Amino acid sequence: MTDTERMEAPGVPALAEPVAPLVGRRRETLHFAARNKKVVGGLVVILAFLALGVLAPLFTTHGPNEYVGPPAAPPSADYWFGTTTFGQDVFVQFANGIRSTFLVGVLGGGLAALIGMTVGFVAGYRGGLVDELLNMVTNIVLVLPALAVLIILHAYVGITSVPMQAMFIGLFSWPWVARAVRAQTFSIRSREFVDLARLSGMRPLAIIRREIAPNMSSYLFMTFILLFGGSVLMAATLDFIGLGPTEAVSLGLMMNSAVHWSALHLGLWWWFVPPGAAITAIVGALYVMNVGLDEVFNPKLREM
Amino acid sequence: MRRYFGRKLAIYALTFVVAVTLNWIIPRFMPGDPVLRMLTRTSVSNPEAIAPMRSYYENVFGLDVPLWKQYLNYWVELFQGNLGVSVWLFPAPVADVILRAVPYTLALLLPSILLSWWAGNKVGALAARRRWLDNTALPVSYALTATPYMWLGILLAWSLGIVAGIFPVAGGYSFELRPDWSWVFFGSLVQHWFLPFLSLFLVAFGGWAIGMRNLIIYELEADYANYLAALGAPRRLIRRYAFRNALLPQITGLALQLGVLVAGALVTEIVFAYPGLGHLILQAIQNQDFFLLQGAFLFIVIGVLGANFVIDIVYVLVDPRTRTGMQGAT
Repeated sequence: MTDTERMEAPGVPALAEPVAPLVGRRRETLHFAARNKKVVGGLVVILAFLALGVLAPLFTTHGPNEYVGPPAAPPSADYWFGTTTFGQDVFVQFANGIRSTFLVGVLGGGLAALIGMTVGFVAGYRGGLVDELLNMVTNIVLVLPALAVLIILHAYVGITSVPMQAMFIGLFSWPWVARAVRAQTFSIRSREFVDLARLSGMRPLAIIRREIAPNMSSYLFMTFILLFGGSVLMAATLDFIGLGPTEAVSLGLMMNSAVHWSALHLGLWWWFVPPGAAITAIVGALYVMNVGLDEVFNPKLREM
Repeated sequence: MRRYFGRKLAIYALTFVVAVTLNWIIPRFMPGDPVLRMLTRTSVSNPEAIAPMRSYYENVFGLDVPLWKQYLNYWVELFQGNLGVSVWLFPAPVADVILRAVPYTLALLLPSILLSWWAGNKVGALAARRRWLDNTALPVSYALTATPYMWLGILLAWSLGIVAGIFPVAGGYSFELRPDWSWVFFGSLVQHWFLPFLSLFLVAFGGWAIGMRNLIIYELEADYANYLAALGAPRRLIRRYAFRNALLPQITGLALQLGVLVAGALVTEIVFAYPGLGHLILQAIQNQDFFLLQGAFLFIVIGVLGANFVIDIVYVLVDPRTRTGMQGAT
């Protein structure tokens, strides 16, 4: 969660009244999204990296950690991003690293979104003692420095796979989502259409799912994007400290080994520049896309 | 106001209890036996030597008494300031090792947090009113805030440190010097401090600038801004009111960002081999020094909670509404 919290206030799109039929609104959203430079640009960057991460490893003949080439060779036609001091192909590592980056983002961000929304909806809708309790838990996890907890967990448990790492990250990055969702649920809960649903005997879960959630779906989607970026950065940080998954290649791990084997002093820039640049590009594209989506969902911002 | 502080303190106290409990639980209940792992890492060739080593370790960890007693013992030791003995720097007590590293981390964190917050807010507020600045500063800010801390550190160390040779890239002071109160030593400290500071400052700066810019635009749409404009108030006055109102969420944001900023400082220290907590954590991990790791964890938690409380106090000072108890700060 990098600048997520501060984006929360201006990022809250106006809660559109559920007047227009959903299908029409969806088409309208797509219409504006396709014409928004920020959304399209961000999406292109992300899809390009995604394609690279998914496809490139399929066409390489050797694994990311195999010693295939001459040691410390600069970028060439054979080895696009050069090789490490041990003769590993940096490009293959890079492509596989991007794959894990997306995996961590989707799983970690997804889990955090799921927990955050569940807690937020339940606390906001139920109120009372349940709210107090959930709020307390949220506040505790909020002030607990997530990375410090994750370091301890990683060090003791020993993470082996990327999904496992994503799970741990997701478990500690949901509180601000819960807070924001709770606040919005609070304000929607007292609207007439929710009262109507309640009077007509709808079950609370159905009300949350069918009446409340659709009204903030754009916000929830944007939340997921920010959580995605946050998970990616968090995973890179953990990998860089040397607590990453032991059985996978990741961009953070590449930077870790580059620093560890003094690539800086040897001038092997092709080893440490690409992984960081990819993370910056992916997360940056996500943020820019998020700003664009804000303009799409919030008509007030559109003409800017 | 008393209620406000009472609530905050209660949450911090609870968080501390949770942190200490986690710190106690994780080594004991997680799958995988840390004692066994330590034993396999020492790679004893003689199988008979394992049993006595095992009982020795269990004794050291205090694992041979009932669980509730272990937990109580843990708290008692904690309040006596006993965090165990470092394995890496045996036989130095963990608390001493950490206290020696804390000043370096604080020297990085405090200036970079405060300056980036201040500068980010100023630039963000300016960007909200000048289109050319908005078009240049905003993309840069987005790039900066998406940058992983360690990568910017690596780039700065490589470009300014190694290629240009302007700054040293490792350590807290020159290896030729011994710590003393001389200008030479102080100069060396500053020289080594600058690059890690700069990389922390830059990444954090981007986030604050974006936040402030968005908040100002938001505030300028508020009723009071429109009302002032309708009264014919000068634009500067309206901007000033908007800025002061936008500062409040930024203060809350500062509290929420603390964890991320500390994390950034840890990895930046690792890049520059700066002798702070991050460096300690790395050494602890590489040397399987779990006492040191857990001690560092507790120090970070205490530091973050303390900083949160300071921010709460600042919030009360700048926002009169919390003072009168009309509205609780988030």
